[in-house]
Amino acid sequence: MLTIAVQIAFALFCLALLLNVWRLFHGPDLADRILALDTIYINSLALLILLGIWHHTTAYFEAALLIAMLGFIGTVAAAKFLLRGDIIE
Amino acid sequence: METLPAWAEWLASALILIGAIFGLIGSVGLVRLPDFMARLHAPTKNTTLGVGGVILGSIVYFSASQQGLSLHELLIAIFLFLTAPISAHLLAKAGLHLELKRVSRTRDYRDRPEQYSDRD
Amino acid sequence: MLNKIFPAPRLSLFLLVFWLLLQNSISSGLVVLGAVLALLIPLYTHRGRDFATKIHRPLKAVEYFLVLLVDIILSNFNIAAIILLPRRRIQPALFEYPLEITGEVPITVLASTISLTPGTITAEIRRDGRALLIHALNVADHEAMIQQIKTRYEMRLKEIFKC
Repeated sequence: MLTIAVQIAFALFCLALLLNVWRLFHGPDLADRILALDTIYINSLALLILLGIWHHTTAYFEAALLIAMLGFIGTVAAAKFLLRGDIIE
Repeated sequence: METLPAWAEWLASALILIGAIFGLIGSVGLVRLPDFMARLHAPTKNTTLGVGGVILGSIVYFSASQQGLSLHELLIAIFLFLTAPISAHLLAKAGLHLELKRVSRTRDYRDRPEQYSDRD
Repeated sequence: MLNKIFPAPRLSLFLLVFWLLLQNSISSGLVVLGAVLALLIPLYTHRGRDFATKIHRPLKAVEYFLVLLVDIILSNFNIAAIILLPRRRIQPALFEYPLEITGEVPITVLASTISLTPGTITAEIRRDGRALLIHALNVADHEAMIQQIKTRYEMRLKEIFKC
């Protein structure tokens, strides 16, 4: 039961990643691309957690936490760049 | 994966599946919705909740398969729920600042729009 | 004296819990190390924190948190319906939300709540800090939306923070 659920979840999140990549390439604006990147890191974080369940290990936890933090900082920096044309003023 | 007690197996499966479905809906919204400000809604709400569901499923799985609670995944969920509004706010700000195209149906009730820009 | 060596008890407690969650186990050595960190970090950082606020009604805060959780899930179903139902014409709107509460922390909490819940996103705060600019995905009557946010969230926050 859980095996099937995790496999279906893998498939759904991979499909979600494909849709995000479409938005990343299609644009039409820079802001859309940043939003797509933001969604991509959240979805890959979910994939990492699923991988941790699949292999029955907590080793991926730190990686997921790091992706969450660095992704957030990256989104903030990119949005700031759009706002001001500069990240550190 | 290890075998779990039946209730934990059902609970974890349901949480993971619901989370995955919401994550997919968020990404579908990112593709389908008509303009940038509308697209912003889908990832901030649905994708965040989707990952939250997967994290809850992971907590149930690791707590039931090992002795004792395993709560550290909760840190990721809390972090995501704290940061999602902030990145949404910054991106919305950027969208307004760049004056991206909005759908013509969008009604604008601002009295003095210049009050909301930090352009001097 | 006690204030000097123990400037922010709630921050210390938060740091200790955070540390134990990160380690994912409770042993006496970890608790001692976490307690030392929870004492030292606020000593080092508390002068930079100028946004201290007091929660006057902790029980109300817990109630607010639960209401928020339920509302997040409900609004997710709402958004999912908007995304999935074919060819439903959405009616986006940009409108102002006049604030009654004051203070940086309460306004931040309210803005984050608005972003997470009913199909709305806080886009900007007015220059004088007395109104928020909100983008709603699908709203027919924005006055009703303002009233809903006011009664459901802002009044509760006003009670919790007494501001």
